[in-house]
Amino acid sequence: MTAAPVLQVEDLSVRFRTRGGEIAAVSGVSFAVRPGETLAVVGESGSGKSVTSLALMRLLPPGAAVTVTGRVGLRGKDGRMLDVLTLPEPEMRGVRGDAIAMVFQEPMTSLNPVKPVGEQIAEAIRLHRGLDRRAATEEVVRLLDLVGIPAPRQRLASYPHHLSGGMRQRVMIAMALSCEPAVLIADEPTTALDVTIQAQILDLLRRLQERTGMAVVFITHNLGVVAEIADRVMVMYGGRVVEQADVRPLFARPLMPYTVGLLRSVPRLDLAGRRAGPLPAIPGNVPDPLHMPEGCGFHPRCGDHVAGLCDARLPELESAGEARLVRCVRWRELTP
Amino acid sequence: MSAAAPAAAPTAGLRVLERFRRHRLAMFGAVTIATLTLACFLGPFLLPFDDTYIDIMQRFAAPFGGAHILGTDELGRDMLARILMGGRVSLLVGFVAMAIGMAVGILVGAVAGYYGGLVGTALMRFVDAVLCFPAIFLLLALAALVEPGLTSITLLIAATAWMDVARIVEGQIRSLRERDFAVAAEVLGATDRYIILRELVPNAVAPIVVAATLNVARAILLESYVSFLGYGIQPPVPSWGNMLNNAQIYLTSAPWLAILPGIAITLAVTSFNFLGDGLRDALDPRMDGR
Repeated sequence: MTAAPVLQVEDLSVRFRTRGGEIAAVSGVSFAVRPGETLAVVGESGSGKSVTSLALMRLLPPGAAVTVTGRVGLRGKDGRMLDVLTLPEPEMRGVRGDAIAMVFQEPMTSLNPVKPVGEQIAEAIRLHRGLDRRAATEEVVRLLDLVGIPAPRQRLASYPHHLSGGMRQRVMIAMALSCEPAVLIADEPTTALDVTIQAQILDLLRRLQERTGMAVVFITHNLGVVAEIADRVMVMYGGRVVEQADVRPLFARPLMPYTVGLLRSVPRLDLAGRRAGPLPAIPGNVPDPLHMPEGCGFHPRCGDHVAGLCDARLPELESAGEARLVRCVRWRELTP
Repeated sequence: MSAAAPAAAPTAGLRVLERFRRHRLAMFGAVTIATLTLACFLGPFLLPFDDTYIDIMQRFAAPFGGAHILGTDELGRDMLARILMGGRVSLLVGFVAMAIGMAVGILVGAVAGYYGGLVGTALMRFVDAVLCFPAIFLLLALAALVEPGLTSITLLIAATAWMDVARIVEGQIRSLRERDFAVAAEVLGATDRYIILRELVPNAVAPIVVAATLNVARAILLESYVSFLGYGIQPPVPSWGNMLNNAQIYLTSAPWLAILPGIAITLAVTSFNFLGDGLRDALDPRMDGR
């Protein structure tokens, strides 16, 4: 993993102005993804992970109500690094779907219900690649075959409601891959699917990644999926990165109490029946973004917090060994 | 990983046709409109009489007696020829006014619904403002200012017909815009125009088509009103409306002069309304049994 990153995010912040005041949905997020690498972004609902992904595509509504600051560098098709946040809109339109693509959570609603799927994928291809109709159709057949849809030629005329959820998600993936993007953002692509289908889709994504060398930003709250697919993990809480690590060290030795809690609250088959008491959940809820607690955002829910220390000031995101970052003042004492 | 075999699943178009066929009144409407249209545009070529040919010797001939099948009017002009020629005018005005009104309404509604905000509010409040005028008075006021004629009356009717379409389309687009597939298209780098015309409007086709048919009926009625009041199509060119106007003074002596165009208007308008009803049911995806 020494290749130059295809996606480099520095100090990304997103603030929404609402009637109740200003909300910092994302604060100072930095990360980089290299070709062929998968970064999992993990967090509870409201942790800012989806807003981050929309900011990467610059899809947050423009205007005074939303402020995006920081830098998002994306390697374009020609090898140049593009500054996503300042690119003029027409150029950005050329980048979306071409250099960076996205797969959504809901395969049931992400396809246009009144158009055959073949046509929808063909249009995605024609938007960026300027193929004629016939060549585009051939390309669609190839893509459908690539994402493992049987009898692709017969599927061209199918409408989305003819297809199952897993099939639709495959179609969405085919569409996202149609221009061979350097970066694929997958926003909980398996959450709405059956477990068996989930495994197939994850497997498919991994195979496609091996084949095309694209970088994947995988947004999820499912740690099982993270273990399955990620190379690196970024844990978010209240709009901030609280821990960043390679996947194995993170699972083996989580440093931030929040990550520890997340890992502990995953049901485990090997502990079934032997665990004392109920599944340990993290007490409390994600903080109200209008009233973020002083100091570490997690301290009101943290079992290890120390009054006067954790609620005094926001801990720095500090280095904790090779390629590891953690935001906790007590991580040294807490982890053995 | 199961999916219906596409070969066994009829296309959406076929299913719509299937549902439409089951709707008796709508079928009646469709057949009547087709017949009327054919008769109006081909019939005059087959008749021995011209619609403006005056034959003083044959004034007020009653229907079903003699050479003039539907009788003659006060100048001895053949009623059937006049009804058919009047139908050309009425149907033409109806369709063209509908088409123009639809185009404007879809454009305004789609832009307002898609962009929302200041643009959307401004456009829709303008629509509301125009809607506040009773259409018939607006039409009469405008008709008094411009030279009456086929083109001007068509444009005037279109000018009173686009607002409800704009409202329907605005609501549809505004809700469709938030759907995932619209965002997905944006993610793929599609332009606004592409998203509006190729992704969103096709999803709103059902209410648009229904509004279109009802609008034809409305346009035919409006043309009749205005012509009846003397501001529309000017004699000697016949239209169903000005034929009625003409017939007023002979209502007791020659009632067929009023009854025949009256039947024509009723038939055309009810047929379009039935057609609209039928299309509403046929195009409703919730009626789709999969």
